[in-house]
Amino acid sequence: MVLERAAEDEEKWLAEGIAAIQQNAFYMHRALDANNLREALKYSALMLSELRTSNLSPHKYYDLYMRAFDELRRLEMFFKDESRHGVSIVDLYELVQHAGNILPRLYLLCTVGSVYIKSKEAPAKDILKDLVEMCRGVQHPIRGLFLRSYLSQVSRDKLPDIGSEYEGDGDTVMDAVEFVLQNFTEMNKLWVRLQHQSQGPGRIREKREKERSELRDLVGKNLHVLSQIEGVDLGIYKETVLPGVLEQVVNCKDDLAQYYLMECLIQVFPDEYHLQTLEALLGSCSQLQPTVDIKILLSQLMERLSNYAASSPDVLPEFLQVEAFAKLSSAIWKVIDAHAEMPVVGAISLYVSLLTFTLRVHPDRLDYVDQILGACVKKLSGKPKLEDRRATKQIVALLSAPIEKYNDVVRALTLPNYPRVMEYLDSSTNKQMAMVIIQSIMKNNTCIREADKVEVLFELIEGLVKDVEGIAVDELDEEDFNEEQNSVARLIHMLFNDDPEEMLKIICAVQKHIMGGGPKRLPFTVPPLVFSALRLVRRLQSQDGEVVGEELPATPRKLFQLLNQIIEALSSVPFPELALRLYLQCAEAAGDCDLEPVAYEFFTQAFVLYEEEVADSKAQVTAIHLIIGSLQRMSVFGVENRDTLTHKATGYSAKLLKKPDQCRAVYACSHLFWVDDQEGIKDGERVLLCLKRALRIANAAQQMASVTRGSTGPVTLFVEILNKYLYFFEKGNPQVTSSAIQSLVELIKNEMQSDSTTQDPASDTFFASTVRYIQYQTEKGGVMGERYEPIKV
Amino acid sequence: MNFLIGAFKPPCTISISFADGRTRKQVPLKKDNGQTVMVPLFESQESIIGEVVVEPLQGKKVEHIGVKIELLGQIELYFDRGNFYDFTSLVRELDVPGELYEGKTYPFEFSTVEMPYESYNGVNVRLRYILKATISRNIVSNIVESQDFVVRNYTPLPPINNSIKMEVGIEDCLHIEFEYNKSKYHLKDVIIGKIYFLLVRIKIKNMELEIRRRESTGSGHNTYVETETLAKFELMDGAPVRGESIPIRLFLSPYELTPTYRNINNKFSVKYYLNLVLVDEEDRRYFKQQEMTVYRLLETP
Repeated sequence: MVLERAAEDEEKWLAEGIAAIQQNAFYMHRALDANNLREALKYSALMLSELRTSNLSPHKYYDLYMRAFDELRRLEMFFKDESRHGVSIVDLYELVQHAGNILPRLYLLCTVGSVYIKSKEAPAKDILKDLVEMCRGVQHPIRGLFLRSYLSQVSRDKLPDIGSEYEGDGDTVMDAVEFVLQNFTEMNKLWVRLQHQSQGPGRIREKREKERSELRDLVGKNLHVLSQIEGVDLGIYKETVLPGVLEQVVNCKDDLAQYYLMECLIQVFPDEYHLQTLEALLGSCSQLQPTVDIKILLSQLMERLSNYAASSPDVLPEFLQVEAFAKLSSAIWKVIDAHAEMPVVGAISLYVSLLTFTLRVHPDRLDYVDQILGACVKKLSGKPKLEDRRATKQIVALLSAPIEKYNDVVRALTLPNYPRVMEYLDSSTNKQMAMVIIQSIMKNNTCIREADKVEVLFELIEGLVKDVEGIAVDELDEEDFNEEQNSVARLIHMLFNDDPEEMLKIICAVQKHIMGGGPKRLPFTVPPLVFSALRLVRRLQSQDGEVVGEELPATPRKLFQLLNQIIEALSSVPFPELALRLYLQCAEAAGDCDLEPVAYEFFTQAFVLYEEEVADSKAQVTAIHLIIGSLQRMSVFGVENRDTLTHKATGYSAKLLKKPDQCRAVYACSHLFWVDDQEGIKDGERVLLCLKRALRIANAAQQMASVTRGSTGPVTLFVEILNKYLYFFEKGNPQVTSSAIQSLVELIKNEMQSDSTTQDPASDTFFASTVRYIQYQTEKGGVMGERYEPIKV
Repeated sequence: MNFLIGAFKPPCTISISFADGRTRKQVPLKKDNGQTVMVPLFESQESIIGEVVVEPLQGKKVEHIGVKIELLGQIELYFDRGNFYDFTSLVRELDVPGELYEGKTYPFEFSTVEMPYESYNGVNVRLRYILKATISRNIVSNIVESQDFVVRNYTPLPPINNSIKMEVGIEDCLHIEFEYNKSKYHLKDVIIGKIYFLLVRIKIKNMELEIRRRESTGSGHNTYVETETLAKFELMDGAPVRGESIPIRLFLSPYELTPTYRNINNKFSVKYYLNLVLVDEEDRRYFKQQEMTVYRLLETP
């Protein structure tokens, strides 16, 4: 309410001020047109008196100022032309000082002063010095700031800069620098003083502070002017400009000003100047008010320097020459030490900047990177894990930077402090970080070849590999969890070394880490490890000829022992189906290595699992088919072992719960006795036994169906068995005869015509196709055709 | 009736002119009636030479018992109006008693006249110089004509001219140190100085430098003091902080100053003061007054 009222009043005051300025400007124009100096001075002073108001906020005051500013331009034109007013510029310079009110007086003085410099009737430096000194009379912050900004504006193009027409005759660039510096100092003092006026109740104070920050560019402009002075070379910058600016910045003891001015300083001057004056610049950083956000300043500085370093390789020696890293890092340590209360996020973000800087400037210096990480650890030590979201974000940035830079996790793995930093992350961030690492590996196809690095890597991604205390696994989002574990699985494939010995070590290392992963992780992590190990087995096997000897650490036998342990862990978890599959894989591998006992052992394990753990009937079906499949491919077994195993397999097949499953498993078993290669077993009799048994089961199934449902099931099973018959018939199994096929076809036809049979288009089509196949074979003729001849369909 | 009117009119006109009237510098002088006239300017020790012309009106004769010219330096105090104190009075008899039938010119000369005081036109006092020509007559009143002139006396640069430097303050409230570069200023001088703020605990709104003229007339119980502020010159806008120093540069030429007059003929004094005034936000005024001596500088060509 109060504020609204105040705003209304302000509008009114502004309108009044503008009106008065316009009115006096009108009379001033008349006087100018009449070349009447006295009147012109009188009305211009009256006009400028409007700027004496204290009622306006900076924003509105600026409006007023700009109007007066435009009018002063016309006055200046008039002053320039001596023929119009007949007073020498020297006298004019005195004349305007007769004005009784200081503000109009000084505006006029600056206006005449600029004409005076242009006339070159007196050294520019003397006039500038006089102007900047006289302006001290205005101590009101806003009015003073605008006055001095006017001074800065009118003098800008008249500084005795190098190459400027005002240089020479004792006017040097130093005079220009001193002038701007002094004006800057005074403006800053005024600006800072505004702070002391902004005390008051909350909202008013807030408003004042906002107003104050609106004025900051007036002050910052001076630094910009300084940076634009051509003559300011590194020497002058180092000796005069920087010390002058820093002195003011430090001494003003105002956080807003310090922050803003340091920022300006960093932005407006060239990077190479900063680089050459790092010490001074950083030294003053630690002298700033504790509330100044030094970390942002330092970050900006480092970012600029980083970009500068990246801009051209030619500048890198400069960095080395001034020991930029040492200076920056010691400055940062100091800042962090000095601001013990600084939130962790601040400290970390500083380290991130420093790290970015290091990576750009000294990409080869891994020790620097580690130093930074070490400092980070020091800062974090003794603190609990981070809760602060922003802090953890910064740490992630810190840890990601080297990975992104080098595109090579291996280099990060050589940093001893890297995992130590990670320890401070909360578990979810830790995981996130681990994912970043893994993704980097994937993206760059980085192969990790050393076991010790694998160790470190797994330490880093521990959060993914193990349960973290305090967080229940079921709290996790399943989808995320799966994705994480899939990543770990993919990672395992990236760990590879051609040297079997090292590879074995890697496998052992991985095993060590993933075994503790708990029931939810093992199904993800064990298979890749198993396959990784199997890959090694295959390689060993292929080298078998050259490398012999039991003393070698990496032998298939050893690996199989290891695999056994690994899979055992999985089966006890329990993931019997998965374990079973892996056992079968191992068994096959062992078979290929001619390790019959090992293969047998694996099969045994698989059967044990089947017996004890696989209870679900569907799972059993799948499992039994897998077993059959694997067993069929195995050629390593002696007759005895083979008999035992096939017997078991057929036995289990016939004991499946559902008849159709039984039937299918049993006819699958028929393949166990007929391996279609050179020295494969070809036991036609037992094949036929299996098929007949399958037929019996199919019959039984049909009968059961008609008893329970009143109709028999479709003929699918029969058609399937028929196909098996045809397969073995073609393979030349003497036990499988054309008459047997003939009778089976008849049987199916009968079944299909029976009323009680459920019509099923799929099985009908299946049968029709099969029949068509037989006809086709017959018609094709040749050896096969002759054999098919007797079958009439 | 026409002759009657003529009878009371003075039978002649008198005019006083200066020998070097054409070349001599003229300065404005404010007359009693408020009009400003230009009158010649002299300084002490100059010779005043001229002539008095008496021109009887057409066909009139002027009977007189003597013609004289006086040079008078007078001090007139307004509270004692009508009484003039002549501190200088010189007479030249121009003619013996007789009759005038036609115009007559009397040259006169006052050589190297001592005119120690300057013409001054103040609030309560006036110091003036006049030439008064008198045709004395019997019975009827004398015929008198007077001519003002102005005297100004120049002083060379003072050999000693110390600055005015002072530290003043209110305990725990305001402490300032100020300095004016001189204690004696000539009329076209410029006051250069500095105010240094040692301690500021009050909210200052602005600061001005005033030039005040203190004219005291009479003596003893009859002393009248009149103070005028001739200049109000804003030195500073806003509130300074500790350690701030504010420049002073005040040109005296725009102001109508006179030199300082000390105890002129025991009748009056005119003194000048520099008054430094600080105004706080509640419009309270804190000031410190310092006398400055004003002199008329002998302009060396």
